[in-house]
Amino acid sequence: MSTAVQHAEPGFFRKYCWSTDHKIIAMQYLFTGMAMALIGGYLAYVFRMQLGFPNHNVPGFGIVTPGRYNAVVTMHGTIMIFWVAMPVLIAAFGNYLIPLMIGCDDMAFPRINRLSYQVFLLSAIVLLLSFLVKGGAFGGAWTAYPPLSASGAYNLTPLGATLWLVAVALEFVAFLLGGINFTVTVMNSRAPGMKMFDIPIVIWMIVLATVIFMASAGPLIAGAVMLLFDQTMATGFYDPTRGGDPLLWQHLFWFFGHPEVYVVLLPAMGIVAEILAVFARKKLFGYKSMLFSTWAVGILSFVVWAHHQFVAGIDPRMANVFTVTTLLISIPVAELVFLYIATLYGGSIRLDTPMLWALGFLAEFMIGGVTGIFLGSSGTDIYLHDTYFLIAHFHYTFVPIAIISVFAGITFWFPKMFGRMMNETLGKIHFWGTVIPFNVIFIPLFMTGLAGDQRRIYSYAQFAEQSRPALQHLRTLSTVGLLVMLSFQLVFLFNFFWSLRKGKRAEANPWRSTTLEWTVPSPPPHGNFAVLPTVYRGPYEYGLPGRADDYWPQNVPD
Amino acid sequence: MLERYTTAASTYAHSIDHLFLLILVLVGFWLIVAEAVMFILIFKFRARDGRPTRHVTGEEKELHRWITIPHMLVILCDIAIIIPAIIVWYNIKQAQPPADQTVRVYAQQWAWSFQEPGPDGVLDTADDVRTVGELHVAINTTYHFELMSRDVVHSFAVPAFRLKQDALPGRTITGWFRPNRLGTYDIQCTQMCGIGHALMAGRVIVETRQDHAAWLMQNSNPPVAALPAAPSPLAASPMMAEARR
Repeated sequence: MSTAVQHAEPGFFRKYCWSTDHKIIAMQYLFTGMAMALIGGYLAYVFRMQLGFPNHNVPGFGIVTPGRYNAVVTMHGTIMIFWVAMPVLIAAFGNYLIPLMIGCDDMAFPRINRLSYQVFLLSAIVLLLSFLVKGGAFGGAWTAYPPLSASGAYNLTPLGATLWLVAVALEFVAFLLGGINFTVTVMNSRAPGMKMFDIPIVIWMIVLATVIFMASAGPLIAGAVMLLFDQTMATGFYDPTRGGDPLLWQHLFWFFGHPEVYVVLLPAMGIVAEILAVFARKKLFGYKSMLFSTWAVGILSFVVWAHHQFVAGIDPRMANVFTVTTLLISIPVAELVFLYIATLYGGSIRLDTPMLWALGFLAEFMIGGVTGIFLGSSGTDIYLHDTYFLIAHFHYTFVPIAIISVFAGITFWFPKMFGRMMNETLGKIHFWGTVIPFNVIFIPLFMTGLAGDQRRIYSYAQFAEQSRPALQHLRTLSTVGLLVMLSFQLVFLFNFFWSLRKGKRAEANPWRSTTLEWTVPSPPPHGNFAVLPTVYRGPYEYGLPGRADDYWPQNVPD
Repeated sequence: MLERYTTAASTYAHSIDHLFLLILVLVGFWLIVAEAVMFILIFKFRARDGRPTRHVTGEEKELHRWITIPHMLVILCDIAIIIPAIIVWYNIKQAQPPADQTVRVYAQQWAWSFQEPGPDGVLDTADDVRTVGELHVAINTTYHFELMSRDVVHSFAVPAFRLKQDALPGRTITGWFRPNRLGTYDIQCTQMCGIGHALMAGRVIVETRQDHAAWLMQNSNPPVAALPAAPSPLAASPMMAEARR
């Protein structure tokens, strides 16, 4: 067991690039994810400018040709899901929080952890290099349906398509390594006394998410290998003229792709739950109900995938089964949201920046949740499938997940991670400057979707019904919303890097929280705990009658 | 509701629009209630000096009611949505009313092409009408379409008909529609199909039966006028006879 003073202070490279410390690896994932988010945001800027102001020169990019447009939307989706949401929510927060919150010194397999990040970094580099190869980055949509993705003659980005696939496969290797590590660590390394129902909900949710990921990734990796063979060795797994079937890919992709939604949703909901408890000074309402609902979500998430394929040419009878399962999953998700709202009851709510983000998550995610019902119902999906209504719906889930909850987590754990407080005023400006424009971006897109705007179209000039000026006004409004939202991210970047150096020094437990990560100094030393803690109670003991303090940390004896 | 955004021009468009409205009312109710409760709680329980928080686990019976009852209501609402959703789906995608006419739709990078039976009303005969980018149909006629792709996955979508169906290479997918409103409507491709995806536009032109018959006469290949007057198997077709008159 390593302790804080075991080694001499290592050099920069060994400390920050070759470390096996879970906190350093978490930071590596966090900063890589943030850098990729900047790229993903830039790509959104490029295609929204084309849609808002068609055929104008986009400052900082140039003319958006159809080929470049396809590459830009494909890479935006790919990067935001696989290289932003996954590394930040699962890998960064998972790596940082798991050992600290369950009270151990590091992950169970620190070297596997290091390898996981290195493979992930390699995958990001491969993906970014694909912008530079002949033909440019892959332009066949992030779902990569064959035969388009299987043949350079169809997609015109033969090298980009292969690099895209290799990058995704590498990224999956990284998260499988990380997932094993998370699960084993939480099963084996918990502090003495921490029983199953004493584990903070965010840890439960991260672990369940990695279990879902590991159980769903296999089919997609197999599918990706077959697609790679189709691309490079002229096999015919997805080629109907040689006995293959393009629908096979769609099933393998969505068998992974839908659970993936919950893979990123669960850590986000976990982060929000922690923050709600701390800033409402309340025990989570129905911890066990929350946990069982999460299990239900995880299990049901494996039987809803074909709702992406209602009109894809599957047997139409299958749609009925998947409509039922899809609407069923609304029950545990609604239950979770109800429990979160109920946690506010009887609290003493302080609206600090992390709490604003957490409440913002709830308010916006509910819109994303209910609009999913329109798409999960097979009858209405016939019309809404692949329109901007769908785009608006899943951004109302993914932006709260990958952006809002991440800001909640960063502003909440920043004092622990870096030993300094972030600026509250700038934090609040950033919050309102992100959440209000977010709605300005996507509410108009619900409307253009209802009017029939189909997705992945660089110009609607060919479509008389979509060329109405009213729809173009909505698209322009959406673009303006995005420009405002992106510009407010500068406030965050400034606040982040300024606070890193100049922020007020953070004490060990600035939010007066109960969980174990707040019992160690900020930032925690190598090895985390000077004396490994013992746990005496559940994680959310706030406002206990008859005690001087309104919170009772997990490690303090009676 | 949907009709305010897109014209409804087929018989099943309204059933989709009504289903949309039903879902909108149900989920809209839940959204407003949940958001309202949340904001009221945030306001009511804002931090004030000297007011302690309530220590509850959420497992007390009289409190957990507030979760259990909405939970049951959500299940009821789900059922109220599932049943009509499946009925609408069944009527559009599973039950196919008998066809008055069958057309073929070919998708390819990046154009729609169509094969309609000529005046004889039978596909794959010499007088078939083949068009690119334009599908002519007669109003109040039930059409079956046989959808095929020559290369990648495309999706045949006519927003005004509320029609959408992916076209897969190697398969023929049959669907139906019955236009009930005259006019010209967009055909979209709604599945990413390469750099020409945004150019893959078409039009469906809904005509009166008379206009449509006349259009078929003019465009059948070889043109009907050029065929020997009689005896021809085509002359036996009732539609042909009607057109002659």
